Amino acid sequence: MTDSRIEGWGRTHVVAQELSPDNLETTPPVLFRGLGRSYGDSSLPSGGSPVVVNTTRANRMLAFENATGVLRAEAGLSLLDLHRTLLPRGWFVPVTPGTQFVTLGGAVAADVHGKNHHVDGCFGSHVKRLKMRVADGRIVECGPDLERELFLATVGGMGLTGQILEVEFPMERIPTPWIWQESERVGDIDEYISKLKEAAGKWPMTVGWIDCLSAGANMGRGILMKGRWAHSHEAPNRFPTEPLNVSFPFEAPEWLLNPLSIKAFNFGFYWKHLPKKREGLVDPFTFFWPLDFVKDWNRMYGRRGFTQYQCVLPNEAGPGAARRFLEVLTKRGGASFLCVIKDCGAESPAFLSFPKPGISVALDIAIRNDTQALVDELNEHVLNEGGRIYLAKDTFTRPEHFRAMEKRLPKFLEVREKWDPERRFRSAQSVRLFGDPA
Amino acid sequence: MRRVAILGATRGMGRSLARKFVERGDFVAVLGRGDDEVKRSVADLEARGVPGTRVVGVACDLEHTDSFKPALERAEQALDGLDTIVVTAGAFATQEQLERDPALAAKVLTLDFSNTVLFCEEARKKLLMRGGGTLCVFSSVAGDRGRSPVIMYGAAKAGLSAYLEGLDHKYRKEGLVTVCVKPGFVRTGMTEGLKAPPFAGEPEAVAELVLQGIDDGSPVVYAPAIWRAVMTAIKAMPRFVMRRVKF
Repeated sequence: MTDSRIEGWGRTHVVAQELSPDNLETTPPVLFRGLGRSYGDSSLPSGGSPVVVNTTRANRMLAFENATGVLRAEAGLSLLDLHRTLLPRGWFVPVTPGTQFVTLGGAVAADVHGKNHHVDGCFGSHVKRLKMRVADGRIVECGPDLERELFLATVGGMGLTGQILEVEFPMERIPTPWIWQESERVGDIDEYISKLKEAAGKWPMTVGWIDCLSAGANMGRGILMKGRWAHSHEAPNRFPTEPLNVSFPFEAPEWLLNPLSIKAFNFGFYWKHLPKKREGLVDPFTFFWPLDFVKDWNRMYGRRGFTQYQCVLPNEAGPGAARRFLEVLTKRGGASFLCVIKDCGAESPAFLSFPKPGISVALDIAIRNDTQALVDELNEHVLNEGGRIYLAKDTFTRPEHFRAMEKRLPKFLEVREKWDPERRFRSAQSVRLFGDPA
Repeated sequence: MRRVAILGATRGMGRSLARKFVERGDFVAVLGRGDDEVKRSVADLEARGVPGTRVVGVACDLEHTDSFKPALERAEQALDGLDTIVVTAGAFATQEQLERDPALAAKVLTLDFSNTVLFCEEARKKLLMRGGGTLCVFSSVAGDRGRSPVIMYGAAKAGLSAYLEGLDHKYRKEGLVTVCVKPGFVRTGMTEGLKAPPFAGEPEAVAELVLQGIDDGSPVVYAPAIWRAVMTAIKAMPRFVMRRVKF
């Protein structure tokens, strides 16, 4: 077996061994990873235990009930594969993140959220059963009403409580495979936030993008998007075609993304939406997973890669929280290619689930010499606001910051101690944040 | 519509190919070893298949030649007929492993040549008795020329390819179409841990080509297709060049 370079989506990497068996029956007791779309070091094995099992070949559906939509499948099944089969039959996952390149196991481990979080919560809130292999080799079934503590630690637990072998959850019936979308150009951050909150009451799906480079009166101008599944009388009587994929052909040089090019991109993106308001039908591929069209788009960030900074600013921080966050960012000159802002609904009972009521802000930041200092400063600010960061995106957060942000961490660690006292399931991230042995 | 038995449908290229069949409504018998594995694959194909597709699981093990005949009978009964038989099962080990371990060498040579041929003989009889059909067997580009990294594996596959070609010459006029698939390097559980060469393929894409080959009755299918050109070049190389190159 040869070692290979194993990367997070932001291109943080380790050199280690990656096993990809056809089934998960006989795998060593080490960390599982899926499609590697977590941005940081969550899916990377640690230096002292340099083996990781890739689950993507364990991708079989095990049962699908046509009457109820309940699906049970092996953990390596991707949403892309799932939707290719079930979307034409009128079924959709209850929660999807911004990419279809995610496995069911990964969706549980990161407790992913989507545009419908304010209504439907995270992916884990829909899971009925997990089949796991825990540290002592036992196979354990858990769910909201069975081995509840293990379940709550596993949902959002980044694979650190055991190996997720199978996932059972209900798919959602959709009226048509089309989305009715309304989008709106918004002049500044305060207007954006108030419109976002207003839309939450009327629309099951909301998201938006803001220009985080413009300062002053234009600060946080952006495009707000709202959507719902189209009714059959609105939609064409055909299945939307999956747009063609292109591939980012090479690793871009580092100078490609500079303040000027990012500014130009943001300017273009904003003014491309020339009318104040737009509405109409859109295919679900464009609506939910616009970046999936460009394969390997992470190459755009060059050799050093990038990190995504995603935090939630809670409602308690008040309506000015987003503006204050942007002020900290623009003062540092932290240029982000994309800044996505979305409102979050209720907090999940899962111990490390990221969202809580408030707004989530996500920024893609090219890694430069000062990235650690930038993340530190943003983290201190978010901590003061009572917010927290999303582990699935993180590469740079310091353990003391995370501990202060996540009040439920001791509970998680207690449950993990019970199921895996030897820390067989550990990642580069858990070594960094939770003090696991390297 | 086809009624297909696939030996090896539980994993790798066989798994991908079985999915392609049920997604267009063909009936599939999953021939494999390990009850649980077969059951899981049957469940997967049932969930993915278009409504009305029939899928059954049948125990069959390439290591046990006496399991071949009853497995094909059972598949035929359960599908109400049988017109296509596919073999994707096989064994692989690197030349270093085979040189070190004669028992492993015996196993790989037996499975990839003798036992596969014996299975094909049962398949041939079954299909000819039914008036013809398609026998599609996965050989390998490794059988096209003796090469230093795949001496024994390549020899077994060369024998298999020769057998399949002979079969096609003799029986095509009687209605038995033989399709010999020669995959180049494909990323599956079988090739795990090996360094992928240029032109490495994915099982999905290979399955697509093989399905086309089966429908067209192509005697030889290279997959990915570029390997036809690659192997033509390799076959044309003089020996003194082959001795120096590493592939």
